[in-house]
Amino acid sequence: MSSRKTKSELRVLTANRLGDGRVVYLSEDGGWVSKLDAARLVRDDAEAETAEAAGAAAVADRFVVEPYLIDVELVEDGVQPARLRERIRAQGPTTGHSLDHQPVSEVA
Amino acid sequence: MTMMGTDVLADGVVLWRRGGFVEDRWARIGDEDALPPEGAVIVTLARWQDLRRSDAPGAWEVGVALAAGDDVREIAADLPRLALITLDFPKFTDGRSYSAARLLRERYGFAGELRATGEVLLDQIPFMRRCGFDSFAISHEPTRRALADGRLTDVPIYLQPVSERGEVPVGTRPWLRHRA
Amino acid sequence: MYRYDEFDRAFVEARVAQFADQVRRRQAGELTEEEFKPLRLMNGVYLQLHAYMLRIAIPYGTLSSRQMRTLAHIARTYDRGYGHFTTRQNLQFNWPRLEDIPEVLKELASVEMHAIQTSGNCIRNVTADHFAGAAADEVADPRIYAEIVRQWSSLHPEFSFLPRKFKVAVTGAATDRAAIRTHDIGMEIRRGDDGGLGFRVFVGGGQGRTPMMAHEINPFVAERYLLAYLEAILRVYNRWGRRDNKYKARIKILVHERGIESFRTEVEEEFAALRDGALDLPADERERIAAYFVPPEFETLPVEAGRLSRAIAANREFGDWIERNMHPHRMPGYASVTISLKPVGGVPGDATAEQMEAVADIAERYAFSEIRVSHEQNLVLPHVRKNDLPEIYGRLQEAGLATGNVGLITDIIACPGLDYCALANARSIPIAQQLSERFADPARQREVGDLAIKISGCINACGHHHVGHIGILGVDRKGEEFYQITLGGSPAEDAAIGEIVGKGFSAGEVVDAVETIVDTYVALRQSPDESFLGAYRRVGEAPFKEALYGG
Repeated sequence: MSSRKTKSELRVLTANRLGDGRVVYLSEDGGWVSKLDAARLVRDDAEAETAEAAGAAAVADRFVVEPYLIDVELVEDGVQPARLRERIRAQGPTTGHSLDHQPVSEVA
Repeated sequence: MTMMGTDVLADGVVLWRRGGFVEDRWARIGDEDALPPEGAVIVTLARWQDLRRSDAPGAWEVGVALAAGDDVREIAADLPRLALITLDFPKFTDGRSYSAARLLRERYGFAGELRATGEVLLDQIPFMRRCGFDSFAISHEPTRRALADGRLTDVPIYLQPVSERGEVPVGTRPWLRHRA
Repeated sequence: MYRYDEFDRAFVEARVAQFADQVRRRQAGELTEEEFKPLRLMNGVYLQLHAYMLRIAIPYGTLSSRQMRTLAHIARTYDRGYGHFTTRQNLQFNWPRLEDIPEVLKELASVEMHAIQTSGNCIRNVTADHFAGAAADEVADPRIYAEIVRQWSSLHPEFSFLPRKFKVAVTGAATDRAAIRTHDIGMEIRRGDDGGLGFRVFVGGGQGRTPMMAHEINPFVAERYLLAYLEAILRVYNRWGRRDNKYKARIKILVHERGIESFRTEVEEEFAALRDGALDLPADERERIAAYFVPPEFETLPVEAGRLSRAIAANREFGDWIERNMHPHRMPGYASVTISLKPVGGVPGDATAEQMEAVADIAERYAFSEIRVSHEQNLVLPHVRKNDLPEIYGRLQEAGLATGNVGLITDIIACPGLDYCALANARSIPIAQQLSERFADPARQREVGDLAIKISGCINACGHHHVGHIGILGVDRKGEEFYQITLGGSPAEDAAIGEIVGKGFSAGEVVDAVETIVDTYVALRQSPDESFLGAYRRVGEAPFKEALYGG
C-alpha cells in the first residue's frame, strides 16, 4: 500500500485477477474493471475501508489476488496513477513485442 | 468419508499416519508442567536434557519435541531411549526439519515414530514422508479434508535415493526409487 | 541430447497432474494465495505486473528444433506471439493465463520439457557453457553432469524449501563461459593428478543486494562423488542458512558469516558421512548419460573452408558477422555460431514465434537440429559446417536475426525491468534500446571493441549489472527512475564485481553518461587491443569520474 499521498489524496483499489492475472480496478458498483477510468475513486479513509472490504471479499471469492490502494491524480482526460509502476500496470509495457499484439498508448 | 471417529487433539489438531487418522496416545508436557507419574510424554529438548541427567529413571515412555533450529546431534546418543521425536515446521516454507529427519533416520538410525508438527500442509506431506516422517499432526482444515478423502498428490517416481525406508529401486538407473 | 525414458516421462506427467490439481485447489479456495505462491513458483509461475509469467526450463541451455517449434506454438497459442530468453538459459512467457498453464505444461511435456524448479527456494535449472560439446578447449561435456544434477535435484524432498533460491552452474573448460563464480555452487570440470575427471567446486557466489564472488571450497572432487558433495553442501546450507531475513538467506551470507574455512570443515564432515553411499556415481550410469551427449556424426572436412573464405571476401557485412558471431569448434571445417537476439533497437533476449520457427528450421537443415541458449540471452548453433555459413546467414537475415554484434557494446544483457516485473524499480528495456540505437553504427562498435553492458531494473540483479564491464542499475529516487553505473565487473574467469562510479543518472542522462565512459576509454587506451576491462584495471575509475562529473 502506498504511503505517499498526492495533494488530491485520491486513491483507487487495484488487484490482479486470479484466473488470468490481468490488472483490474474496483468500480463504482462494486464490480472489477480493467479500465482505470472506470474505477471507483476513493476520497477518504472511510471510503478506503469500504473499498478494502470489497477487495477482501473478492479475495475470499477467489476472484482477485492481493488488492491494494494506489494514489491517482486527475488529469485532463481522466485518471492517472501517481507512480510510474502503476501507470505501466494501467497502460501496459512501454515497449517490446507485446505492443504488436495489444496496442497501448505511451506511458507519460 | 466424514471426520467422525478421528481423534481431535488440542487446538483442533488431528494425527494422520499412512492409512488414516489415528488416536494420539502421547501427552505434550510443557517445561513448567509437572510430569505425570507414568505414561507417554513429549518434552522439549531442554526438559529432556534435565531428565537425562537425573538419576531417577522415570516410568515414562519419552518423546522429544525438537524445534526447527535445534541440532539433532544433541540427542543422537539418546535415541535408543526415545520412542518418538517431533520435528517442527514453524512455517511450511521453513525446510530445516527435512534435514533433521533424514539425519535422525539415516545417520543416527532412529527407528521410533517421527512426527511432523506445525504447518503441515497437503503438498509437503510427500516430501516429509520421503525424509522419514511417519506421522503428521494436521491443523490445516483443507489438508485434513483432503487426507480424509484420500487425496494425497504425490509424484510417485523419485529421482534421488534418500532413506531406504519403504522405497525400492525401480528400473536399472541407480538413483530411481518408488514406494515399496 | 538427453532423451526421457519411461520413468522421466511418468515423472513429468505426474508433476503436471500435481500442478493442475494445485491450480484447481487454488481456484476452489482450498489453498490461499500465501499457500499457493511457493507451489506455483516451484513450477515457474510468477504473478507479475500485468499477468502471470511462466518460466520454462531449458536444461543447460540445450534445445532441439522440435522443442523450439513447440515453444513457438505455445507463444502463439497461449501468449502474445513471442518469448523472452533469460540470463539463466530459460524462456519466459509474459502473458499466460493461470487457467491455461496446466495445458501449456502438457504441451511442454510432449517434447520432454517442463517448468520444474525454475523459481522458488529450491535448486534451480542447472546452467552450463553454451558451447558444450563443441568448444575446442573443453575437458569434458558439462551437460553430462548438469543433467545428473538436474535429475538429483528434481523434487528433492530435503531441499525443496531452502532458505532461498539456489543456482548451480557447470563449465567444461578453464575458460569460464558459465559465470560459475557468480553462482551458489559453481563447478569447473578438470582432471585430477591421476588423470581422472572431477570438479573444482566454488561456493557462495551470487549477485543481488550483496554481490559476492564464490570461494573455492574444494580444488578437486572426484566425479563419482559429485552428488554426495552437493548433498553435503546443500544440507549444511538447509540447516544453518539464515531464515530470519530474506536478504541474508542466500548461501553466500552463510559462507561469509562463518568464513570459508569453517564452512568447508562442516561440509567435509557431512561429505565424509555421505560418500561411498547410494549417491555414488557408478561408471555405467555416467556412460549411460554421456551417451546422450555424444557429438553428432561429423564429416571429415578440410581445415580450409573455401566457400566461407570467398563469401567473406565478397561481402563485407557477412565478414563482419563471421568475425563476431563465429566461434572455434573442435572439429576441422566446423564452427559454432551465435544468433544474436540483440538487434539495434530491439528487446534483448526476445524472439517472436516466427523467429523461433526460423531458428528451428535452420538448425534442422544445417546444425543437427541442435540449438543452445546462452546466458548472454543469445541463441547458438553449436555445430555447423563453415561452408554452410553463407546460407545460414542469408536465412537469418530473412528472419531478422543476422546481427553481427556478439560481445560488442550493443550485445546488451537486460532484465525485463519495470515494463513487466513486479520487483523492478526502473525500466531496463528502453535503456537497452536507446543504448543500442546510440551505438548502432557497426564501424563504431568494432572500433570500441569488446564491451559488455548489463542492465538490471532492481537490486536483485537479474540483468547481471554487477559483472558488466559497464553495469547499469535502475533505482527509484523519489518516484523517478534513476540509474547507477558500475565499472569494471566481469563474470568470467577474471571475475570481478563492478565498482559504483558515482551518483546516478536520470533516464534522460544515462545514455549520454555511457557514451562519455566509452569515449573516455577509447581516448585513453594504449592500443585498440587494450580492452575496456584491461584499460579500466590499469587506470582505475579516476579518468571516468573526471569525465562524468568534472573536477
